[in-house]
Formats: sequence, structure tokens, C-alpha cells
Amino acid sequence: MSREAAARDRDWEGVRLHVVTGKGGTGKTNVAAALALALAAGGRRTLLVECEGRQGLARLFDAPPLPYAERRIAVAADGGMVYGLAIDPEEALLEYLDLYYHLGRAGRALRRLGAIDFATTIAPGVRDVLLTGKAYEATRRRISSRASRTAAVPPNATDPDAYVYDAVVMDAPPTGRVARFLNVNSEVAGLARVGPVNKQAESIMRLIRSAQTVVHVVTLLEEMPVQETLDGIDELRALDLPVGGIIVNRTHQPLLSASDLKTAAGGRLDVAAISRVLKTVGLQADDATATALCDEATEHAQQIGIERRLRNRLKAAGTPVYQLPELAGLDIGRLYVMAAELARQGAA
Amino acid sequence: MPTPRLDVAALVTDPATRIIVCCGSGGVGKTTLAAALGLRAAESGRRVVTLTIDPAKRLAQSLGLSELDNTPRKVAGIKGKSGGELHAMMLDMKRTFDEIVEAHASPAKAAQILANPFYQSLSSSFAGTQEYMAMEKLGQLRRSDRWDLIVVDTPPSRSALDFLDAPRRLGRFLDGRFIRMLLVPAKAGTRGYAKVMQAGLGLVTGTMTKLLGTQLLTEVQTFVSAMDTMFGGLRERAESTATLLREPGTAFVVVAAPEPDALREASYFVERLNEEHMPLAGVVMNRVHVSRVSAINEGRATATAEALETQVPDGEKPADPDNGLTAGILRTHAQRMHEQATDQGLIAGFALAHPKVHSASVPAFAVDVHDLAGLRDLAATLCEPEG
Repeated sequence: MSREAAARDRDWEGVRLHVVTGKGGTGKTNVAAALALALAAGGRRTLLVECEGRQGLARLFDAPPLPYAERRIAVAADGGMVYGLAIDPEEALLEYLDLYYHLGRAGRALRRLGAIDFATTIAPGVRDVLLTGKAYEATRRRISSRASRTAAVPPNATDPDAYVYDAVVMDAPPTGRVARFLNVNSEVAGLARVGPVNKQAESIMRLIRSAQTVVHVVTLLEEMPVQETLDGIDELRALDLPVGGIIVNRTHQPLLSASDLKTAAGGRLDVAAISRVLKTVGLQADDATATALCDEATEHAQQIGIERRLRNRLKAAGTPVYQLPELAGLDIGRLYVMAAELARQGAA
Repeated sequence: MPTPRLDVAALVTDPATRIIVCCGSGGVGKTTLAAALGLRAAESGRRVVTLTIDPAKRLAQSLGLSELDNTPRKVAGIKGKSGGELHAMMLDMKRTFDEIVEAHASPAKAAQILANPFYQSLSSSFAGTQEYMAMEKLGQLRRSDRWDLIVVDTPPSRSALDFLDAPRRLGRFLDGRFIRMLLVPAKAGTRGYAKVMQAGLGLVTGTMTKLLGTQLLTEVQTFVSAMDTMFGGLRERAESTATLLREPGTAFVVVAAPEPDALREASYFVERLNEEHMPLAGVVMNRVHVSRVSAINEGRATATAEALETQVPDGEKPADPDNGLTAGILRTHAQRMHEQATDQGLIAGFALAHPKVHSASVPAFAVDVHDLAGLRDLAATLCEPEG
């Protein structure tokens, strides 16, 4: 299985940081989780990062709320492991200060004075810098690094230069904000033109703009999410940020043949004929009932038509489009189905 | 168990309703709904403005406008009672911020602030500023008294709560010690700070200088000291807008869809608004799947479709050519019944958790709403439910 997986055609070979965005309500968090599972399959390790403080990952994996620490949250197919991290900006800032500047005491003083509060909630951009900074650190972390002592490192790791995580998947802010979110470090680098913040911001931007990062956009086949997806992709491209795949979530299967769909979409279904057939199987459907059933079929056909048109618009964006069907049920098993589907289509 | 019905028609036409705030998680159709409520009110003869805070220009799309800016633009094609008008605008946060600066500071000081690099990024590119500016704009619109009704579409999800929190946060920040520390170096010669404060200050500025570099820190300090004179005014305005939101003329409408995530967010909003004593009008359940043929249940529709698909021709009589189509139609119906049952289950759960919250629902449309006619229909289904 793992050899097969290795030989498979993967669209994002070499990518280590997968940023997943999408309009609210499109299932962005679920897709990010499925992608992390798919990338971990075959004995690999991935880190799934949540940055909006909603504990969506814990809920998704039926786990207790995640602390600001990397925890195992799911076993992937064929011996892989997914770790989860909910980034808390305040903790991330203190950790950052301590890690790079050994500011134990000064960090505490800053917190007492309200500076940490200021930095993480009010000061512009700092929050986004911390969130992207943490993803950067996790993506680049090697077995030998100082931060690895407290985090997930396999006991049998021998190569100190190997990366701790094979891939990092970030459940990022929604499409409307993601370009600005990812670009925050170039803004910061422009503001703080010297010093360690400048250096850090520039290295983060280098990783984000490199071939090691892609931004995937999750959407539904509805007018507004599709429009936002295309706008978001334009915005990412304009800022020279790497666009990944478009992941279409919850697509519907047509329930009528192609020619019946056409008839139904045009509202030209033969109500009398339907009524006649229903009678042969013992369903006494009066005209009103048969008409209402035909109306439902018409709405279905219209929806399928809209989905097809929107899918074509997405395909014209010039980046791979993956499709995930609408799945019933809300259990964890669904995530594995989505992961397998993403892998089959080459997204992981 | 049905909850009390939210009378949307009465809400939007009542002269006492001056502000409607639509909140809810992303993707539930909040922006479209806000526009539909605005249109309904306008066509009942009121002067209405809808303010959208979302950067994705969604309201513009649903109103058929190509672009919105910080000025209310009159929407053409309004029907109904004479005197009614609908205007739409999208928040331009940088411009709103600039206007506040210009209104509160002397021309020389304003020019200094506007030219400050730190101010420029703060006002245009970073998250967070949006919510403060939205509050400010809402306050401005209300104080102008030009409008019978203002409909506000809040930013999606959690940041919508920042919208509620903005004045308090701004207050906490302005009263905080941190800002006073930032002010000190720029006000060289000011006396009266305790020794402890001085020591703390040295530590903080030392750390900040180390991290950010002297140049940025100086810019921040210049900015803060230039803004100092207008902070009082800013806070006053934020507080008066917050008061406005608690007044009886304001109505919060929580928009949800029958999906677990959207309902969880809606619950959160309902509880939060109650805690804050904000006037919650009710919940609008959007995109609810309904069937008008509930007499044929899912199981029967599926079984009948299977019977048709597997029917063996009876002797010389060939199978009816419409068997396949009818089976497909029944499968479509079975799917609809399934969705209806799922939605009703979720809605019932929400109703049990919030038995006193008024609610109204909108059926799922096959076609997206993207013009005035669509908005009008949407408002009509919401205001005049069948039966």
C-alpha cells in the first residue's frame, strides 16, 4: 500500500505547508482535517493547525479541547499519525519571546502591563504574525531543534536533520481574509525595517512564497462561494502567493438521466405520464401531487445545471479542482472517506 | 415543538425599528437576507440604508451593483409605496478611520497622523480595525438621522463578536497602562511617574526596541501621542454606539441554516446577546429543505423507484417508457424528504434549547438570489409564510 501510494501521481509533491481556506460554511475545517489524514497515510506525520480559537478540531475528532500543545488526534490510514494544535496567540507570543530572546521575566512583565493583550488583540497584524510564525516554525522544525524537545518526535527517529512533520496543514482564516493574513509578514517587514522581527518576517514570507507552500481553497457549488473563490485566487496571485487546488465540497449527484435533466430543467415534464406510471406501482397520485413531484425534479435539475456551470467556471481558474460528494452522517468516519477521495484524486 | 413566530413583516415596517443587525456564521446567507429585509422595508415606504462590513462585496453582488464605497448609493428599481428608498454602502475602513482623524484633530496633527507609516498599516490592512470602524460608521449613520432604518450585515463568524466587543476593548486599551507607557517617551519631561513604573517602562521599551527596532517603535510612539488628543472622542463615540445597540429601536436578527455548525454558532449568538442584554428579535432559519408532498415518505418513494427500475415487462406488453423518468423523480423526492427530516430534526433541537426565541424560516431555493426580484421573493417568503 505505501509503495503504491509513493508511486501514485500526487499534485503537490514537495509541498510541506498546506494552507486551507474557504468561505464560511463550506466545510473548510473538515477538508483541512481530511487533507491532514490523507497526507499522513502510509506512516507519515502531519500537524493540523487551528488558528481561530474555536476548538473546531477537537470537536471534529471528538477529543477534549486542545491545549496550546501538539497532541495526537487521529491515526491515519496505514500507520500514519495526525497531530493537532490550536494556536493561542498569547501563548504563542510568550513562547516566541522565550524561545528567541529568553525573555522569561520580561515576558511576564509585558503580560502584567497589558502589552501582551495589546499585542495579540489590538495591535494591528501581530496576531496574524504569530499565527503564521507558529506554522512556519512547525513546518521547519527538525528533530534536533530546541523546540522539538517538547513536541511530537518519534522515539525511533535517527536522522537529527529530518523534519518533525512531513507536512503541516493549516486551517486558515476565510477566503476574504486569507491573502492579507498570509501577506502580513511582508507588511511587517516593511514596517520594521531592521531587527529580529524584520528578519523573522522575511523568513516567513520566503517560506510562504516558496514551492513548499500552497493555499487550497474550499468551496461549494453555489454562486457566492464560487465568486469568492475566484476573487480570492486572483488576490493570492496578485500578491504572488502560491495557489493550490480548489476543493469543491458537498457536490450533488444527478438523480435523472441527462436527457431527463434537460426536460426537467426546462419545466417540461409530462405530469400526466408520471401520474399514469405511479398508478401502475400502486401510488395514487392526484394531479397536484404529480405536479409537486415534477416541481421538485425541476428544482433538482436546475441545481445540477447550476453546479455544472459553476464547476466549469472553477476549472477555468487554471488550477486542479477536486470534488467531494455530500456525505451523510457526522461521525469521524466521514473524514476518512473524504481523505481517501482526496488521495484518489491526487490532492495528497 | 414550534417556537413563537418571528413576525419579520412587522419588524421591518415598524417605525420604532431603527437599526437591524444581522449576525450569524459565514455562509448562511446573512448578507442576502440583510439586503432582502432592507428592500422590504424600503418598499413599505421607509428610507433605508444597508451597511455591509464584509470585504467580499457580497451585498454589491446581490444588489446587482458592481461596486460599493463608503457613501450610501441609491438602489434603483424600488417599487411599492412612495417615499421608500433603499441605499446600500460598503464599509471602507481606511476612509472611515481617516475621517475620524480629520474630524477630531487639528489640521496639522491630522496630517501628521495620516502620514505616519504605522497608522497607514493600522487603518488599511490589518484585521481588527474593521469592527471598530463598523461601529463608528453605524453610529454616524444613526446620528445623521437621515434614515428611518439602518440594516447592518456583520462580518462573518467570530469577528462578529468583536463587533459587540469593540467599544469595551477600545476602552480597556485606552485605560490601560500600556498605552500610557507608550506615551511617555514622546512626552519627554513629564513628571509624576513612580519609580516602579519607570523600571517597568525601561524593561518594556527595552524589549520592544530589541524586537522591533528603534525606528518602528518611534513611529508607534509618535502615532500614539498624536492620537492621544482624539482618544477621548473616539471612546465616547464607541460608547454611544454601544448604548445605541442596547436601545429598544435596535433589533438583532440571528441568521442560521439547518447545519450543525451554523446552529452551534447561532446558539452562541443567542446566548451572548441575552447575556449582554442586547435586544434579540429572533432567529431566521435560512435554506430549510421542505417538500410539498410529505404524504409520500422517503421509504415509500425509494421502494417505488426500485420497483419501477426492476420491473420486468409483463408478457408482450413493453415496459412504460416513462418508468425510468418516474423512478428518477421519486428518487429526487426521496432525497428531498431525507433533507427535510434532517433539517427538521436539527431545528427541533435548536428550538428545545431556546424555547422562547422567536423564529421564522426561509425554504431553500434552487436558484441563488442575485437580483432585486430575487430579494423581493426572499423577503416575501419570510414575511408571508404559506398557511
